[in-house]
Amino acid sequence: MQIKRNIKYESELDKEFIKEVASMYGGEEVYNCIQCGTCSGTCPISLYMDYTPRRIMAMIRSGFKDEVLKSFTIWLCSSCYSCTVQCPMNIKITDIMYALKRMAIEENICPRKFPIPVLAREFTKMVRNYGRINEGRLTTKLFFKSNPFKIFNYSNLGMKLFKLGRIKLMPETIKNPKEIKTLLKGLEGKK
Amino acid sequence: MKEYAYFPGCSVKGTAKAYEESLLAVFKELGIIWNELEDWNCCGATIYMSVDETISFTLSSRNMALAEKNGKDIVAPCSACYLVLKKTKDYIEKYPDLKEKIKNSLSSIGLSYSGNTIVKHPLEIFVNDMGLNEIKRHVRKPLKEMKIAPYYGCQIVRPYTDVDNPIYPEIMDSLLESIGASVVEYPVKTRCCGGSLTGTIEEVGLRLNYILIEEAIKRGANCIAVLCPLCQFNLEAYQESINKMYKSNFNMPILYFTQVMGMAFGLSKQSLGMKRSIVSAEHFYPV
Ligand code: SF4
Ligand code: SF4
Repeated sequence: MQIKRNIKYESELDKEFIKEVASMYGGEEVYNCIQCGTCSGTCPISLYMDYTPRRIMAMIRSGFKDEVLKSFTIWLCSSCYSCTVQCPMNIKITDIMYALKRMAIEENICPRKFPIPVLAREFTKMVRNYGRINEGRLTTKLFFKSNPFKIFNYSNLGMKLFKLGRIKLMPETIKNPKEIKTLLKGLEGKK
Repeated sequence: MKEYAYFPGCSVKGTAKAYEESLLAVFKELGIIWNELEDWNCCGATIYMSVDETISFTLSSRNMALAEKNGKDIVAPCSACYLVLKKTKDYIEKYPDLKEKIKNSLSSIGLSYSGNTIVKHPLEIFVNDMGLNEIKRHVRKPLKEMKIAPYYGCQIVRPYTDVDNPIYPEIMDSLLESIGASVVEYPVKTRCCGGSLTGTIEEVGLRLNYILIEEAIKRGANCIAVLCPLCQFNLEAYQESINKMYKSNFNMPILYFTQVMGMAFGLSKQSLGMKRSIVSAEHFYPV
C-alpha cells in the first residue's frame, strides 16, 4: 500500500470531528488525551498501522476527519483493548476505533472489496437473517466477495475442518428468525 | 449447587466443538449443573459493534433477558461472547437512553431485562466459585511431559471484567498448576492473536500468531492452553500457513484448558474432543 501525504490547511480541517467522536457512547473522554503514546506503545498492531493510535487521537483533535476515516488503522484495530486498560486518561480508545469504523461505513468511504468491511457486511446479514452465525458459510462468502483466489489456498483447511466435524453445512438458526427482525426494527442506523 | 444458563455462542457449536465437549464433560465431573440457554442468538462478536453498536447491545440483551427469565447466571466460554455481554451490561447501566431503546425493542418480542444477569466465564466458576481445593479432589491422572504456555488472549481479561490483572493474569496458571500441570512463564499471554484479522489481513494475522508460538517454544513449552475459540483457531489452523510464510517448523498442540482439566480428571479422549485437533495432542494423554 502506498500512502500519500498532502499538506492540509487550517481551513480544510473539520473542527466538528472531535465533537462527533465525543458524542458516541464511550467517546466522551477523547478531549483528555495528553499524547503520552502509551496506547501506541501497548498496541500489538501499531507497527502495521499507517497511523498509530496516538496519532489517530491527535488527528481527531485537529480535525483530520478524511485521513482518519480513510486510514487502515481503524480496520486493523482488532479490539484487543490493551490500549484502553493502559490509557492514563481513561480514554476508551477501542470504543473510539469502533466509532470510527462505523462512521467510515456510514459515509461509505471504505474500499468496497477491502476484506474487513466485507466481513462486517456478511456477518451482520447472517445475524439478521438467522440469528446465528455459521462460520464455514461466513468464511466462504468472505473469500468469494473479497479475494476469490484465496479459496484455493484454504480449501484444504476447510476440508480438514469438515472431516474433524468442526464445520457444518446447514445454516444455524434460532427458532423463529423473524424475531430478530422484529427486535431490530426501528433501531437500525440510530446512534 | 447453583444452576447456570450455558451460552455457547456460534463458534463453540462449530469450529470449537471440542471446547464444548470438554467443557461439558468437566462440568459433569465437577457436578456443575447447566442448561443451554434456550433459543440464544449470536452475540454479534467484535464485528457487529463496528457496524451498529445499539444493535449489538440489543442482540446481547436478548440473551440476557432469556437468562433472566429463568433466573439464572450466564456462563459464556467464548471470550468474545463474554466480553460483549459484560460490555452490554456496563453500557446499559451507564447510558439511560440506550437502556430505554433496548427496553422498547425487547418488549416488541415480549421480553424484558432488568440489568441484573450475572455473566461468568467457566474459569471464574472453577477458581472462584468452586475453589482449587475442590478441583484438586477430582484429579486422577498425572500430567507428565506436558509443559504448557497459558495463553489468555485479550477479551476475557479486559476491560469490562475484574477476573484478574488485565495484562498479566494468573488465574488459569494457578488452575492448571493445581491439577498437576507444569506451566511456563509466558509474558505474551495476553497479546492479541489478531482476532478476525487472520481471515482478512492475513499477513498481519499470521505474524501475530507466529510470534505467540515462537515465544512459547522459547519459553520451553510443548503445548499452548487457550480459553477462547478464536484464539484456538488462529493458533492451530494457520500453523501450516505460518510455517510456509516464516519457514518455521511448528507442530504445536493448542488445547482448550478444559481439555487439560479433563485429561487430569481421567476423562475419555472421546468426551474431550481430542480427535478434533489438527495438531494432535494425544501423545500427552495420561495412561
Ligand atoms: S494512552 Fe491515552 S492519553 Fe496517552 S496518547 Fe493514548 S489516548 Fe492519549
Ligand atoms: S484495541 Fe486496537 S488500538 Fe487498542 S491496542 Fe488493541 S489493536 Fe491497538
